[in-house]
Amino acid sequence: MAGGSSINVLEQFELHPILGGLGDALRLSQSPVYMVVAVCLVLAFLYLGMRPAAVVPGRLQAAAEVCYEFIHTMAVDTIGAEGAAFFPFVFTLFFFILAGNYIGLLPFSFTFTSHIAVTFALALMVFVLSVVVSLKSQGLRFFAHFMPDGASPFLAPLLIPIEILSFLSRPVSLSIRLFANMVAGHVMFDIFASFVIMLASFGVVGDVFAIGPIAINVALMALELLVGVLQAYVFAILTCIYLREAVAH
Amino acid sequence: MNGKKDDSFSSRLNAAERRNGMVVEEKTADQVALEGADKALSSLALRAGTEMLSALVVGVAIGWGLDRWLGTRALFLVLFALLGGGAGVLNVWRLVKPMDRT
Repeated sequence: MAGGSSINVLEQFELHPILGGLGDALRLSQSPVYMVVAVCLVLAFLYLGMRPAAVVPGRLQAAAEVCYEFIHTMAVDTIGAEGAAFFPFVFTLFFFILAGNYIGLLPFSFTFTSHIAVTFALALMVFVLSVVVSLKSQGLRFFAHFMPDGASPFLAPLLIPIEILSFLSRPVSLSIRLFANMVAGHVMFDIFASFVIMLASFGVVGDVFAIGPIAINVALMALELLVGVLQAYVFAILTCIYLREAVAH
Repeated sequence: MNGKKDDSFSSRLNAAERRNGMVVEEKTADQVALEGADKALSSLALRAGTEMLSALVVGVAIGWGLDRWLGTRALFLVLFALLGGGAGVLNVWRLVKPMDRT
């Protein structure tokens, strides 16, 4: 950021090989490394939380149980009785995204959910799963959904393509939502942080005024904590909604 | 008869509880979730914009791909861009339409 007079707010999203020579050889960038970190964190949280398996849970166990119950309730309430089958998938998605969003908030770390390639891969996985489940549970009647009930047959050439495009846009909107929220948040951090550096070059007056952007960044951090969990939640709940439509007969 | 009576009692009980603000969970989980997520107008606007944009992206991508494949420069792109825009409006309508009419 301090490199030269220009400040590039998108630089933080660039991928570089890390971990020295090994990373160079494997073309290993920050993104997969932080994904592994996120997975390890979630697994460690659940393993360490549930290891005591006490009847009266301790703090960590209570937290792990609350997380489990939260997603389980969401999956079963939204999808229905079949929801229990999809619970592990939704749970994994939610905590992978949540961990990714939160790890990205740590200084010097990297937000892998700020890359559309990652979010689109996740959304595509949800989409393919929902199509497969639809075809399995509804058979060819699945395609009848593309014709709205009670519409005139003359409008079918117009309505069916629109419905199909609307259906195909689901993974795109799912991925863009998460990606855009993460990018926007981190760009804002960077912009306000760069204000501090710019103001610092104005001497004492600038130093005093630089408190403003720092305060805004503190507030933004609170906002980003909210956005991080909210976007993970929206991703998970929309997955549940798509799966409910898939299993509905 | 008995069942009917029970129903009317439970419905009156529900109404009374609702009047006194004792019932909070009368919507399905996803409605609450989506309403919670869209509590702020700006967040709703962002979601509506995303829905619209994504349908347009899909339409343009399909049109462009078909043009490239069939060599009909711009015919399918125009057609699918329009359909994509229509699908975007449909997505936004599904997002903002009154929940009780689903």
